[in-house]
Amino acid sequence: MSLPADPSPQLAEFAHPERLVTTEWLAEQLDSGTKDLVVLESDEDVLLYDTGHIPGSFKLDWHTDLNDPVTRDFVDGGIFAKVMSERGIGRDTTVVIYGDKSNWWAAYALWVMTLFGHPDVRLLDGGRAAWQAEQRPMTQDVPTAEPSDYPVIERSDGPVRAFRADVLAHLGRPMVDVRSPGEFSGELLHMPDYPQEGAIRGGHIPGAKSVPWARAVREDGRFRSRAELEQLYQEEQGLATDDDVIVYCRIGERSSHTWFVLSHLLGFPQVRNYDGSWTEWGNSVRVPVELGEPHE
Amino acid sequence: MSDLPAPLAELIDDFTSVGPKDRLQLLLELNEELPALPARYADQPGLLEQVHECQSPLFLAVEVTDGVVRLFFDAPREAPTTRGFAGILHTGLDGQSAEDVLGVPDDTPFKFGLAEAVSPLRMRGMVAMLSRIKRQVQEQTGG
Repeated sequence: MSLPADPSPQLAEFAHPERLVTTEWLAEQLDSGTKDLVVLESDEDVLLYDTGHIPGSFKLDWHTDLNDPVTRDFVDGGIFAKVMSERGIGRDTTVVIYGDKSNWWAAYALWVMTLFGHPDVRLLDGGRAAWQAEQRPMTQDVPTAEPSDYPVIERSDGPVRAFRADVLAHLGRPMVDVRSPGEFSGELLHMPDYPQEGAIRGGHIPGAKSVPWARAVREDGRFRSRAELEQLYQEEQGLATDDDVIVYCRIGERSSHTWFVLSHLLGFPQVRNYDGSWTEWGNSVRVPVELGEPHE
Repeated sequence: MSDLPAPLAELIDDFTSVGPKDRLQLLLELNEELPALPARYADQPGLLEQVHECQSPLFLAVEVTDGVVRLFFDAPREAPTTRGFAGILHTGLDGQSAEDVLGVPDDTPFKFGLAEAVSPLRMRGMVAMLSRIKRQVQEQTGG
Protein backbone atom coordinates (compact mmCIF):
# COMPACT_ATOMS: atom_id res chain seq x y z
CA MET A 1 0.00 0.00 0.00
CA SER A 2 1.34 3.40 -0.84
CA LEU A 3 1.35 6.10 1.81
CA PRO A 4 -1.22 8.88 2.01
CA ALA A 5 -0.20 12.08 0.23
CA ASP A 6 1.59 14.82 2.16
CA PRO A 7 -1.38 16.95 3.31
CA SER A 8 0.63 20.21 3.50
CA PRO A 9 -1.57 23.09 2.32
CA GLN A 10 1.14 24.49 0.02
CA LEU A 11 0.99 21.28 -2.06
CA ALA A 12 -2.80 20.97 -2.15
CA GLU A 13 -3.18 23.45 -5.01
CA PHE A 14 -1.13 21.35 -7.44
CA ALA A 15 -2.85 19.03 -9.91
CA HIS A 16 -1.17 15.95 -8.40
CA PRO A 17 -0.10 16.86 -4.87
CA GLU A 18 0.64 13.19 -4.20
CA ARG A 19 3.77 13.54 -6.40
CA LEU A 20 5.53 16.01 -4.12
CA VAL A 21 6.50 15.98 -0.44
CA THR A 22 7.80 18.67 1.87
CA THR A 23 10.92 18.36 3.97
CA GLU A 24 8.69 18.49 7.10
CA TRP A 25 6.60 15.54 5.93
CA LEU A 26 9.64 13.46 5.05
CA ALA A 27 11.32 14.23 8.37
CA GLU A 28 8.15 13.13 10.23
CA GLN A 29 7.93 9.86 8.29
CA LEU A 30 11.58 9.10 8.99
CA ASP A 31 11.21 9.95 12.69
CA SER A 32 8.20 7.71 13.07
CA GLY A 33 9.87 4.87 11.16
CA THR A 34 7.18 4.63 8.46
CA LYS A 35 7.30 1.29 6.66
CA ASP A 36 7.17 0.89 2.89
CA LEU A 37 8.92 4.18 2.27
CA VAL A 38 12.32 4.31 0.57
CA VAL A 39 14.26 7.52 0.01
CA LEU A 40 16.65 7.78 -2.96
CA GLU A 41 19.26 10.45 -3.64
CA SER A 42 20.08 11.11 -7.29
CA ASP A 43 22.70 13.76 -8.01
CA GLU A 44 24.72 15.20 -10.80
CA ASP A 45 27.84 14.78 -8.66
CA VAL A 46 28.19 11.07 -7.95
CA LEU A 47 30.19 11.56 -4.77
CA LEU A 48 27.83 14.00 -3.11
CA TYR A 49 25.77 11.20 -1.54
CA ASP A 50 28.94 9.78 -0.01
CA THR A 51 29.81 13.09 1.64
CA GLY A 52 26.53 12.90 3.57
CA HIS A 53 22.88 12.10 2.82
CA ILE A 54 19.45 11.85 4.43
CA PRO A 55 19.65 9.00 6.98
CA GLY A 56 18.45 5.74 5.51
CA SER A 57 18.49 6.98 1.92
CA PHE A 58 20.07 5.04 -0.93
CA LYS A 59 22.10 6.37 -3.83
CA LEU A 60 20.67 6.09 -7.32
CA ASP A 61 23.11 7.09 -10.06
CA TRP A 62 21.29 8.10 -13.23
CA HIS A 63 24.27 7.06 -15.30
CA THR A 64 25.47 3.78 -13.84
CA ASP A 65 22.09 2.54 -12.49
CA LEU A 66 19.55 3.77 -15.04
CA ASN A 67 21.41 4.03 -18.36
CA ASP A 68 22.25 1.00 -20.45
CA PRO A 69 26.05 0.67 -20.51
CA VAL A 70 26.17 -0.01 -24.26
CA THR A 71 23.18 1.41 -26.13
CA ARG A 72 22.07 5.00 -25.65
CA ASP A 73 18.92 3.97 -23.82
CA PHE A 74 17.67 3.21 -20.35
CA VAL A 75 18.12 -0.14 -18.64
CA ASP A 76 15.67 -2.95 -19.32
CA GLY A 77 13.11 -4.38 -16.93
CA GLY A 78 15.49 -7.00 -15.56
CA ILE A 79 18.19 -4.53 -14.56
CA PHE A 80 15.63 -2.05 -13.27
CA ALA A 81 14.13 -4.78 -11.05
CA LYS A 82 17.61 -5.51 -9.70
CA VAL A 83 18.32 -1.81 -9.02
CA MET A 84 15.03 -1.50 -7.15
CA SER A 85 15.43 -4.79 -5.30
CA GLU A 86 18.91 -3.89 -4.02
CA ARG A 87 17.39 -0.81 -2.41
CA GLY A 88 14.56 -2.74 -0.77
CA ILE A 89 11.93 -1.25 -3.08
CA GLY A 90 8.87 -3.33 -3.93
CA ARG A 91 6.21 -2.46 -6.46
CA ASP A 92 4.03 -1.06 -3.64
CA THR A 93 6.79 0.95 -1.96
CA THR A 94 6.44 4.71 -1.78
CA VAL A 95 9.66 6.16 -3.20
CA VAL A 96 10.79 9.71 -2.47
CA ILE A 97 13.65 11.05 -4.61
CA TYR A 98 15.78 14.10 -3.91
CA GLY A 99 19.00 15.49 -5.30
CA ASP A 100 21.31 18.40 -6.04
CA LYS A 101 20.76 21.21 -8.58
CA SER A 102 17.10 21.81 -7.66
CA ASN A 103 16.29 18.15 -8.30
CA TRP A 104 17.35 17.92 -11.98
CA TRP A 105 18.62 14.40 -11.65
CA ALA A 106 15.97 13.47 -9.11
CA ALA A 107 13.29 14.51 -11.62
CA TYR A 108 15.11 12.53 -14.30
CA ALA A 109 15.16 9.43 -12.07
CA LEU A 110 11.48 9.94 -11.27
CA TRP A 111 10.73 10.16 -14.99
CA VAL A 112 12.66 6.94 -15.69
CA MET A 113 10.74 5.20 -12.88
CA THR A 114 7.58 6.42 -14.63
CA LEU A 115 8.67 4.60 -17.81
CA PHE A 116 8.52 1.45 -15.70
CA GLY A 117 5.16 2.50 -14.28
CA HIS A 118 6.29 2.52 -10.65
CA PRO A 119 2.99 3.52 -9.01
CA ASP A 120 4.12 5.81 -6.20
CA VAL A 121 7.20 7.92 -6.77
CA ARG A 122 7.50 11.45 -5.41
CA LEU A 123 9.96 14.35 -5.36
CA LEU A 124 11.19 16.09 -2.23
CA ASP A 125 10.36 19.75 -2.85
CA GLY A 126 13.57 21.79 -2.80
CA GLY A 127 15.80 18.69 -2.93
CA ARG A 128 19.05 18.27 -1.09
CA ALA A 129 19.66 21.99 -0.67
CA ALA A 130 16.34 22.57 1.14
CA TRP A 131 16.98 19.68 3.52
CA GLN A 132 20.46 20.98 4.30
CA ALA A 133 19.36 24.61 4.62
CA GLU A 134 17.00 23.54 7.40
CA GLN A 135 19.89 21.75 9.09
CA ARG A 136 18.09 18.46 9.08
CA PRO A 137 20.10 15.32 9.82
CA MET A 138 22.64 14.01 7.32
CA THR A 139 24.82 10.95 7.70
CA GLN A 140 27.63 9.14 5.91
CA ASP A 141 26.28 5.75 7.01
CA VAL A 142 25.25 3.73 3.99
CA PRO A 143 22.21 1.55 4.76
CA THR A 144 21.83 -2.01 3.62
CA ALA A 145 18.44 -3.21 2.45
CA GLU A 146 16.78 -6.57 2.67
CA PRO A 147 16.48 -7.29 -1.08
CA SER A 148 12.89 -7.01 -2.20
CA ASP A 149 11.05 -8.96 -4.83
CA TYR A 150 10.60 -6.36 -7.57
CA PRO A 151 8.82 -7.70 -10.67
CA VAL A 152 10.42 -7.51 -14.13
CA ILE A 153 8.31 -4.86 -15.83
CA GLU A 154 8.69 -4.08 -19.51
CA ARG A 155 9.40 -0.39 -19.99
CA SER A 156 6.55 1.53 -21.58
CA ASP A 157 8.11 4.48 -23.39
CA GLY A 158 5.14 5.66 -25.44
CA PRO A 159 3.17 7.83 -23.05
CA VAL A 160 5.95 10.02 -21.61
CA ARG A 161 8.98 9.58 -23.89
CA ALA A 162 9.48 11.02 -27.37
CA PHE A 163 12.02 9.82 -29.92
CA ARG A 164 13.46 11.78 -32.84
CA ALA A 165 10.81 10.45 -35.26
CA ASP A 166 8.06 11.50 -32.84
CA VAL A 167 9.51 15.00 -32.73
CA LEU A 168 9.67 15.21 -36.53
CA ALA A 169 6.01 14.17 -36.67
CA HIS A 170 5.21 16.72 -33.98
CA LEU A 171 6.71 19.80 -35.73
CA GLY A 172 4.24 22.67 -35.65
CA ARG A 173 2.71 21.53 -32.37
CA PRO A 174 3.72 22.72 -28.89
CA MET A 175 7.28 22.12 -27.78
CA VAL A 176 9.23 23.60 -24.90
CA ASP A 177 12.99 24.08 -25.01
CA VAL A 178 14.17 24.37 -21.40
CA ARG A 179 17.82 25.22 -22.09
CA SER A 180 19.49 28.56 -21.43
CA PRO A 181 18.75 31.47 -23.80
CA GLY A 182 22.23 31.20 -25.35
CA GLU A 183 21.73 27.53 -26.17
CA PHE A 184 18.28 28.26 -27.62
CA SER A 185 19.48 31.03 -29.92
CA GLY A 186 22.37 28.93 -31.18
CA GLU A 187 25.05 31.18 -29.75
CA LEU A 188 26.19 28.42 -27.37
CA LEU A 189 26.54 24.72 -28.06
CA HIS A 190 26.38 23.76 -24.39
CA MET A 191 25.25 25.02 -21.02
CA PRO A 192 27.12 28.03 -19.68
CA ASP A 193 29.99 26.72 -17.52
CA TYR A 194 29.38 23.13 -18.61
CA PRO A 195 31.41 20.86 -20.84
CA GLN A 196 30.70 20.74 -24.53
CA GLU A 197 28.96 17.43 -25.03
CA GLY A 198 29.31 17.23 -28.74
CA ALA A 199 26.53 18.88 -30.72
CA ILE A 200 27.68 19.90 -34.20
CA ARG A 201 24.93 22.46 -34.78
CA GLY A 202 23.47 25.03 -32.40
CA GLY A 203 19.96 26.45 -32.25
CA HIS A 204 16.57 24.97 -31.45
CA ILE A 205 13.82 22.83 -32.92
CA PRO A 206 11.62 25.12 -35.05
CA GLY A 207 8.57 26.35 -33.21
CA ALA A 208 9.82 25.45 -29.74
CA LYS A 209 9.09 27.92 -26.97
CA SER A 210 12.01 28.98 -24.81
CA VAL A 211 11.29 28.48 -21.12
CA PRO A 212 14.50 27.83 -19.18
CA TRP A 213 13.74 25.17 -16.55
CA ALA A 214 14.83 27.38 -13.64
CA ARG A 215 11.91 29.72 -14.18
CA ALA A 216 9.75 27.04 -12.51
CA VAL A 217 11.62 27.21 -9.20
CA ARG A 218 12.12 29.79 -6.50
CA GLU A 219 15.49 30.85 -5.23
CA ASP A 220 15.43 28.16 -2.55
CA GLY A 221 14.97 25.47 -5.23
CA ARG A 222 11.32 24.73 -4.36
CA PHE A 223 8.68 24.82 -7.07
CA ARG A 224 6.78 28.04 -7.65
CA SER A 225 3.10 28.20 -6.73
CA ARG A 226 0.42 26.87 -9.05
CA ALA A 227 -0.65 30.42 -9.89
CA GLU A 228 2.90 31.44 -10.80
CA LEU A 229 3.39 28.32 -12.92
CA GLU A 230 0.08 28.89 -14.72
CA GLN A 231 1.09 32.48 -15.36
CA LEU A 232 4.35 31.28 -16.89
CA TYR A 233 3.32 28.31 -19.04
CA GLN A 234 -0.32 29.09 -19.77
CA GLU A 235 -0.59 32.90 -19.82
CA GLU A 236 2.87 33.89 -21.03
CA GLN A 237 3.61 30.94 -23.32
CA GLY A 238 0.04 30.19 -24.33
CA LEU A 239 0.11 26.47 -23.62
CA ALA A 240 -3.22 24.80 -22.86
CA THR A 241 -3.65 21.84 -20.54
CA ASP A 242 -5.06 19.69 -23.33
CA ASP A 243 -2.07 20.40 -25.61
CA ASP A 244 0.15 17.53 -26.66
CA VAL A 245 3.54 18.87 -25.54
CA ILE A 246 7.14 17.71 -26.06
CA VAL A 247 9.90 19.05 -23.83
CA TYR A 248 13.64 18.79 -24.43
CA CYS A 249 17.00 20.12 -23.29
CA ARG A 250 20.52 18.78 -23.93
CA ILE A 251 20.31 15.18 -22.72
CA GLY A 252 16.85 15.09 -21.16
CA GLU A 253 17.62 15.80 -17.52
CA ARG A 254 16.63 19.47 -17.22
CA SER A 255 13.55 18.75 -19.35
CA SER A 256 12.51 15.97 -16.92
CA HIS A 257 12.19 18.76 -14.39
CA THR A 258 9.86 20.71 -16.71
CA TRP A 259 8.05 17.48 -17.62
CA PHE A 260 7.35 17.04 -13.89
CA VAL A 261 6.03 20.61 -13.61
CA LEU A 262 3.69 20.33 -16.60
CA SER A 263 2.48 16.78 -15.86
CA HIS A 264 2.22 16.67 -12.11
CA LEU A 265 1.98 20.23 -10.89
CA LEU A 266 -0.17 21.68 -13.69
CA GLY A 267 -1.89 18.45 -14.72
CA PHE A 268 -1.19 18.42 -18.47
CA PRO A 269 -2.15 14.84 -19.45
CA GLN A 270 -0.01 14.62 -22.61
CA VAL A 271 3.60 15.63 -22.03
CA ARG A 272 6.52 13.70 -23.44
CA ASN A 273 10.20 14.20 -22.69
CA TYR A 274 12.52 13.96 -25.72
CA ASP A 275 15.61 12.58 -23.97
CA GLY A 276 17.64 12.45 -27.18
CA SER A 277 17.35 16.23 -26.91
CA TRP A 278 19.92 18.58 -28.41
CA THR A 279 22.79 16.09 -28.31
CA GLU A 280 20.77 14.03 -30.82
CA TRP A 281 18.93 16.76 -32.77
CA GLY A 282 22.00 19.00 -33.11
CA ASN A 283 23.91 16.09 -34.66
CA SER A 284 21.17 14.72 -36.90
CA VAL A 285 21.48 15.07 -40.66
CA ARG A 286 18.86 17.22 -42.42
CA VAL A 287 16.55 17.88 -39.51
CA PRO A 288 15.23 21.46 -39.37
CA VAL A 289 17.01 23.87 -37.05
CA GLU A 290 16.04 27.42 -36.21
CA LEU A 291 18.42 30.09 -34.94
CA GLY A 292 17.83 33.25 -32.97
CA GLU A 293 15.91 34.63 -30.04
CA PRO A 294 12.42 33.42 -29.11
CA HIS A 295 9.56 35.07 -31.03
CA GLU A 296 7.64 37.60 -29.00
CA MET B 1 54.03 3.27 -15.74
CA SER B 2 57.73 3.80 -15.08
CA ASP B 3 57.76 7.23 -16.78
CA LEU B 4 55.11 8.66 -14.47
CA PRO B 5 56.05 10.67 -11.37
CA ALA B 6 56.20 8.21 -8.44
CA PRO B 7 53.29 9.66 -6.40
CA LEU B 8 51.02 9.53 -9.46
CA ALA B 9 52.04 5.95 -10.24
CA GLU B 10 51.34 4.98 -6.61
CA LEU B 11 47.86 6.49 -6.83
CA ILE B 12 47.15 4.49 -9.97
CA ASP B 13 48.22 1.35 -8.11
CA ASP B 14 45.97 2.25 -5.17
CA PHE B 15 42.95 2.81 -7.39
CA THR B 16 43.39 -0.18 -9.63
CA SER B 17 44.06 -2.66 -6.82
CA VAL B 18 40.53 -2.21 -5.42
CA GLY B 19 36.99 -2.51 -6.79
CA PRO B 20 34.84 0.37 -8.14
CA LYS B 21 33.13 1.08 -4.78
CA ASP B 22 36.47 1.50 -2.98
CA ARG B 23 37.75 3.66 -5.83
CA LEU B 24 34.93 6.08 -5.07
CA GLN B 25 35.98 5.99 -1.42
CA LEU B 26 39.56 6.90 -2.40
CA LEU B 27 38.25 9.72 -4.57
CA LEU B 28 36.17 10.96 -1.65
CA GLU B 29 39.25 11.02 0.58
CA LEU B 30 41.25 12.95 -2.01
CA ASN B 31 38.38 15.43 -2.21
CA GLU B 32 38.56 15.90 1.56
CA GLU B 33 42.33 16.28 1.55
CA LEU B 34 42.49 18.87 -1.24
CA PRO B 35 44.34 21.83 0.33
CA ALA B 36 42.61 25.19 0.54
CA LEU B 37 43.98 28.02 -1.58
CA PRO B 38 46.77 30.08 -0.05
CA ALA B 39 45.80 33.68 0.69
CA ARG B 40 47.53 35.08 -2.40
CA TYR B 41 45.04 33.21 -4.59
CA ALA B 42 42.04 33.19 -2.26
CA ASP B 43 42.20 37.00 -2.16
CA GLN B 44 42.67 37.35 -5.91
CA PRO B 45 40.57 34.72 -7.65
CA GLY B 46 41.22 36.48 -10.96
CA LEU B 47 44.68 34.89 -10.97
CA LEU B 48 43.15 31.44 -11.34
CA GLU B 49 42.24 29.81 -14.63
CA GLN B 50 38.78 28.25 -14.94
CA VAL B 51 38.54 24.72 -16.30
CA HIS B 52 35.31 24.98 -18.28
CA GLU B 53 35.18 21.29 -19.10
CA CYS B 54 34.39 20.36 -15.50
CA GLN B 55 30.73 19.94 -14.63
CA SER B 56 31.17 22.15 -11.58
CA PRO B 57 33.24 25.31 -11.33
CA LEU B 58 36.91 24.45 -10.97
CA PHE B 59 39.76 26.95 -10.91
CA LEU B 60 43.46 26.21 -10.92
CA ALA B 61 46.81 27.95 -10.76
CA VAL B 62 50.23 26.59 -11.71
CA GLU B 63 53.59 27.93 -10.51
CA VAL B 64 56.97 26.76 -11.71
CA THR B 65 59.86 27.77 -9.44
CA ASP B 66 63.40 26.50 -10.14
CA GLY B 67 61.92 23.83 -12.33
CA VAL B 68 59.51 22.57 -9.64
CA VAL B 69 55.75 22.61 -10.29
CA ARG B 70 53.29 23.77 -7.62
CA LEU B 71 49.56 23.32 -8.16
CA PHE B 72 46.60 25.15 -6.56
CA PHE B 73 42.94 24.24 -6.99
CA ASP B 74 39.62 25.72 -5.97
CA ALA B 75 36.22 24.01 -6.30
CA PRO B 76 33.08 24.14 -4.18
CA ARG B 77 32.35 21.61 -1.42
CA GLU B 78 29.18 20.62 -3.31
CA ALA B 79 31.35 19.25 -6.13
CA PRO B 80 33.22 16.37 -4.49
CA THR B 81 33.90 14.50 -7.74
CA THR B 82 35.54 17.50 -9.33
CA ARG B 83 37.49 18.12 -6.13
CA GLY B 84 38.51 14.47 -6.05
CA PHE B 85 39.89 14.73 -9.60
CA ALA B 86 41.82 17.82 -8.54
CA GLY B 87 43.04 15.90 -5.48
CA ILE B 88 44.46 13.14 -7.69
CA LEU B 89 46.43 15.67 -9.72
CA HIS B 90 47.54 17.56 -6.63
CA THR B 91 48.75 14.45 -4.81
CA GLY B 92 50.29 13.03 -7.98
CA LEU B 93 51.97 16.07 -9.50
CA ASP B 94 52.51 18.85 -6.94
CA GLY B 95 56.24 19.20 -6.23
CA GLN B 96 57.34 17.28 -9.32
CA SER B 97 59.74 18.64 -11.92
CA ALA B 98 58.39 20.55 -14.90
CA GLU B 99 59.93 17.95 -17.17
CA ASP B 100 58.17 15.09 -15.40
CA VAL B 101 54.80 16.88 -15.44
CA LEU B 102 55.14 17.58 -19.17
CA GLY B 103 55.95 13.91 -19.69
CA VAL B 104 52.64 12.71 -18.19
CA PRO B 105 50.63 11.19 -21.06
CA ASP B 106 47.34 12.96 -21.84
CA ASP B 107 45.32 9.78 -21.34
CA THR B 108 46.61 9.21 -17.79
CA PRO B 109 43.22 10.17 -16.22
CA PHE B 110 41.81 6.95 -17.69
CA LYS B 111 44.36 4.78 -15.83
CA PHE B 112 42.56 5.01 -12.48
CA GLY B 113 39.64 2.74 -13.34
CA LEU B 114 37.31 5.64 -12.63
CA ALA B 115 35.46 5.73 -15.94
CA GLU B 116 33.76 2.52 -14.85
CA ALA B 117 32.89 3.92 -11.40
CA VAL B 118 31.77 7.43 -12.34
CA SER B 119 30.92 7.01 -16.07
CA PRO B 120 33.23 8.00 -18.94
CA LEU B 121 31.35 11.27 -19.51
CA ARG B 122 32.50 12.60 -16.18
CA MET B 123 36.17 11.90 -16.95
CA ARG B 124 36.61 14.84 -19.30
CA GLY B 125 37.02 17.20 -16.38
CA MET B 126 40.23 15.54 -15.27
CA VAL B 127 41.54 15.29 -18.83
CA ALA B 128 40.97 19.04 -19.21
CA MET B 129 42.66 19.84 -15.89
CA LEU B 130 45.74 17.86 -16.89
CA SER B 131 45.97 19.49 -20.30
CA ARG B 132 45.65 22.98 -18.80
CA ILE B 133 48.30 22.20 -16.19
CA LYS B 134 50.69 20.99 -18.88
CA ARG B 135 49.97 24.01 -21.07
CA GLN B 136 50.72 26.40 -18.20
CA VAL B 137 53.94 24.54 -17.29
CA GLN B 138 54.97 24.72 -20.94
CA GLU B 139 54.31 28.46 -21.10
CA GLN B 140 56.14 29.18 -17.86
CA THR B 141 59.20 27.16 -18.80
CA GLY B 142 59.30 28.83 -22.20
CA GLY B 143 59.36 25.44 -23.89
